[in-house]
Amino acid sequence: MAKIKITDLDLHYGDFQALDAVNLVIPEHEITAFIGPSGCGKSTMLKSLNRMNDLIEGCKVEGEILLDDKNIQELDVNALRKRVGMVFQKPNPFPMSVYDNIAYGPRTHGVRNKAKLDDIVEKSLHDAAIWDELKDRLKKSALGLSGGQQQRVCIARALAIQPEVLLMDEPTSALDPISTAKIEELVSTLKDEYTIVIVTHNMQQAVRISDRTAFFLHGQIVEHGTTEQLFSIPKDKRTEDYITGRFG
Amino acid sequence: MRKDFDAQLEQLNNELIVMGSLIERSIEMTIKALTEQDKEQAQCAIDFDEAIDQKEKDIESLCLKLILQQQPVAKDLRTVSAALKMITDMERIGDQAADISEIALLLADTSYIKKLEHITLMAEQTAKMVTDSVDAYVQRDLAKARIVIDADDIVDNYFDNVKDDLIALISENVKNGSQAMDLLMIAKYFERIGDHAVNIAEWVEFSITGTHRRSIQS
Repeated sequence: MAKIKITDLDLHYGDFQALDAVNLVIPEHEITAFIGPSGCGKSTMLKSLNRMNDLIEGCKVEGEILLDDKNIQELDVNALRKRVGMVFQKPNPFPMSVYDNIAYGPRTHGVRNKAKLDDIVEKSLHDAAIWDELKDRLKKSALGLSGGQQQRVCIARALAIQPEVLLMDEPTSALDPISTAKIEELVSTLKDEYTIVIVTHNMQQAVRISDRTAFFLHGQIVEHGTTEQLFSIPKDKRTEDYITGRFG
Repeated sequence: MRKDFDAQLEQLNNELIVMGSLIERSIEMTIKALTEQDKEQAQCAIDFDEAIDQKEKDIESLCLKLILQQQPVAKDLRTVSAALKMITDMERIGDQAADISEIALLLADTSYIKKLEHITLMAEQTAKMVTDSVDAYVQRDLAKARIVIDADDIVDNYFDNVKDDLIALISENVKNGSQAMDLLMIAKYFERIGDHAVNIAEWVEFSITGTHRRSIQS
């Protein structure tokens, strides 16, 4: 079932066209990977899904993005971002305790009850596969954690507001192989509850964790399909050239 | 951008050409050993098997190194995985050429109970199939691979001819039985060499198209 449906999406930053006639369906409870060279529009596409590009001056969007058949431009932007959470490339915990990092979102959305917040913090850290490591350090600063732990705290923070979709922009590019493996494993378990869209430069990561892959080039989707098909028998020569490293 | 990787793929191609030529040479020697009852050629073909086995190991190591270092995808992955599968069949062809030569050694001092006409034709046909299947891989030639696959019927027909002849010879004189069994074994080994060439050609087809005909059938 389609969670997100993107139709004829054009996006301009001033005179520069960053996305050109993008059409894509993102199925529910699947992991969709966006791949492509730097500047191809994949991160722009990701950010468009929760209207992060609204913050950029001169950004103009045409076409439509439907979330559960509702145009996201017509939704309240805060309500949209509650439903479509995001994790960034570099772990960016707030300069506060682990507990407060996770409780930040729910508090912003009006949750005040201590017991309820405790439950949310525990469940979120649990879902982000870091509860056992941090349950005795909840009051310590999140900035003192390792990069891999910080990133999982950020994932927990995103999960705390119970989103339906999780956007991940190269979530492991700043992490060591062990932390990367933990996040990849985590992402695979999260898809039962969430729809996940991940931007990655790591082809093997896309192969390992995603169900579907879309290949972007010059703001367009050259090819999309199941990850297995795209990485075994790509239909377009440009896809083949890119994934086999012949590009350029 | 991927100079090392391309160089390794080129090396893989070259190694397969070398292994292919070793097998061709081994089959040629086997044919000569049989038709000319030449013991020296028979022994050479038997000894050649070791070089073929070593080449299989070398290519296998190269493929594993390629997978480890380059993590190939798409066409590159098919090229490497097809090579890994092909060398198993190529090694078996070497074994069977040696097996035929061992029988040729046993028969070298006796006169044949029949002309080797169909066996010689089988030998030539299978040798061509082996050459063409390796060429098809190296040249990425789908048409050539398919010709090899279709040629299997020709070899099978020759085998049936040989079998019928031998049955007739045994019926004529029971004393022909022992050599008839040896000749039937030889024909069967050539028939198997043909099958292995077809396997190679099917992997060539897979490396080019991305689908293996046996996975379609199943």
